[in-house]
Amino acid sequence: MSILVFIETDNGNVKKSSLEAVSYAHAIAAQNQGTVTALVLGKVEESQLGALGMAGASKILHADDTALDTPSIMAYASATAKIFNDTNSDLLILAQSALATPAGARTAVKVGAAMVSNVIEVPEVSGDSFKVKRGIFTGKAFETLTVTAPKKVLVVKKNAVEMKTDGGDATVEKVSVDISEGDFKLKVLETHKQEGDVLLPEAEIVVSGGRGLKGPENWGIIEELAGTLGAATGCSKPVSDMDWRPHHEHVGQTGIKVSPNLYIAVGISGAIQHLAGVNSSKCIVVINKDPEAPFFKAADYGVVGDAFEVLPKLTEAIKAVKS
Amino acid sequence: MKILVCITHVPDTTAKIAFTDSNTKFDESGVQFIIGPYDDYALARAVELKAAHNGTVTVLNVGLANTEPTIRKALAIGADDAIRVNAAPTDSFFVASQIAAVAKDGNYDLILMGRESIDFNSGVVHALVGELLGLVSVSPVMKLEVKDGVAIMDREIEGGKQSVEIPLPFVAGCQEPIAEWKIPNMRGIMTARTKPLQVVEPVGAEEQVKLDQYSLPEAKGAVKIVQQDQIDDLVKMLQNEAKVL
Ligand SMILES: Cc1cc2nc3c(=O)[nH]c(=O)nc-3n(C[C@H](O)[C@H](O)[C@H](O)COP(=O)(O)OP(=O)(O)OC[C@H]3O[C@@H](n4cnc5c(N)ncnc54)[C@H](O)[C@@H]3O)c2cc1C
Repeated sequence: MSILVFIETDNGNVKKSSLEAVSYAHAIAAQNQGTVTALVLGKVEESQLGALGMAGASKILHADDTALDTPSIMAYASATAKIFNDTNSDLLILAQSALATPAGARTAVKVGAAMVSNVIEVPEVSGDSFKVKRGIFTGKAFETLTVTAPKKVLVVKKNAVEMKTDGGDATVEKVSVDISEGDFKLKVLETHKQEGDVLLPEAEIVVSGGRGLKGPENWGIIEELAGTLGAATGCSKPVSDMDWRPHHEHVGQTGIKVSPNLYIAVGISGAIQHLAGVNSSKCIVVINKDPEAPFFKAADYGVVGDAFEVLPKLTEAIKAVKS
Repeated sequence: MKILVCITHVPDTTAKIAFTDSNTKFDESGVQFIIGPYDDYALARAVELKAAHNGTVTVLNVGLANTEPTIRKALAIGADDAIRVNAAPTDSFFVASQIAAVAKDGNYDLILMGRESIDFNSGVVHALVGELLGLVSVSPVMKLEVKDGVAIMDREIEGGKQSVEIPLPFVAGCQEPIAEWKIPNMRGIMTARTKPLQVVEPVGAEEQVKLDQYSLPEAKGAVKIVQQDQIDDLVKMLQNEAKVL
């Protein structure tokens, strides 16, 4: 099986989620002597490419067309479709993101492939049978599908596979792609991004605060804990509705879905819509002063106590073990 | 301005999820169905744009006859007419193909829908429809203004937002806070009954996936409660037991 992996970059750096996607492709290839080719579009730091080999790619195709330096869903889809066809690929893997998911969907239509998103495990492949498991009902259930179309596009969620770091060297080859003016109909006017912070959808650890924090002026204790852990910060819906925190921190059914290794919820009651966005976290710690808060039922560890007392203590204790 | 709003008919956000028939069918007993929350935002914005631009709003649902109360609710909120494609929404490509087939001859200026459905969470129907129709697709859109045939939108990106400009027509997947949700009033509910709801048969679309079965997450073990004055113990457990630090 010939597997192509779409690599997403940010300012020339390969995103960690893309290395996970390569590891994921490698796990599939290992089941059936497949090959893993990584596709990089636009500007990339040469020093970044080594990690793709270590994650399991044997070949890297680099389309260094400057038109691709600025991310564009349409242009990425056109470029990816051309390479998918040129390389006679059977399967395209992308790591879920605001850019990659729709680019993958558009590519699927262009190449006539089946499209499956929200995939959470390595597929079971034997002979012609190809079975994937994906999350549904916002993490409250799963479905297993048999993908019947011969060509496939899978969008995988974070943590679907352990990251591989012991691969080898990958050869790098320049390729040219087809993009047209029509691919740039959408004009980007402005981009606001918090620089330097750990991005919520990709974070290994998330510290979230809810209405129990009482006001935006109290977020210092959340940020301090997050800073100590190298974590991203999140919040419940009322918190972003009241503009205590920006919308892109809102976690849950109608917000961002996260699946970090560790989710720490502080002063959040654990309404079903909030849980829907966090229930695929590996470990959940809840800090709430109400012992009856529903979040304790979904948690692995709980502290019944006042956030304003518990959080500084927790931050200190973590600093102590880290130093 | 002609606006098409695609809505899903999904279990309420608090619904208990269970399956029957050897885990091959969603158990609908006792479940209340609603317009998909993201679709509801798309509809709310469409109704506002219709008022501002003297437009029309058509709602479209791919679903069997049991979705009609949900469609009537969308009409009560302010859509002018509705189309139901008479088929169960089996997978995202099938749904997108039906939407594209309806939209192809409709000359819509805007095709709006939620950024994802809360049942199957595929989050790609907007992009598939865009590609099938050769239109730009944008998602998730949090702000949408239209002026002189051009739309200015804010879309959410990881860790921030981006403002973009596109000439009409295009496809957008919407989310809050694009508009305030609208609750149907009495007059809306009364007039919704008489608004046209056209039922069309589906176009053929290649089957790409087949359901094997549904499953539920494993039950969580009991929570370990740590006392407020034993935070050091918590940190030890996170290090040694959960191995997440
Ligand atoms: C369609 C729909 C979609 C929704 N989507 C989302 C979503 O995506 N995400 C989301 O979060 N919500 C969502 N909600 C809202 C959700 O139902 C809850 O209202 C929300 O999650 C509650 O937020 P909260 O826990 O911060 O606030 P509250 O419910 O007010 O809870 C605050 C908690 O803080 C605790 N507390 C108070 N003071 C302290 C203290 N000093 N120390 C420790 N604990 C303290 C309290 O005991 C309480 O448990 C949605 C609702 C609907 C209807």
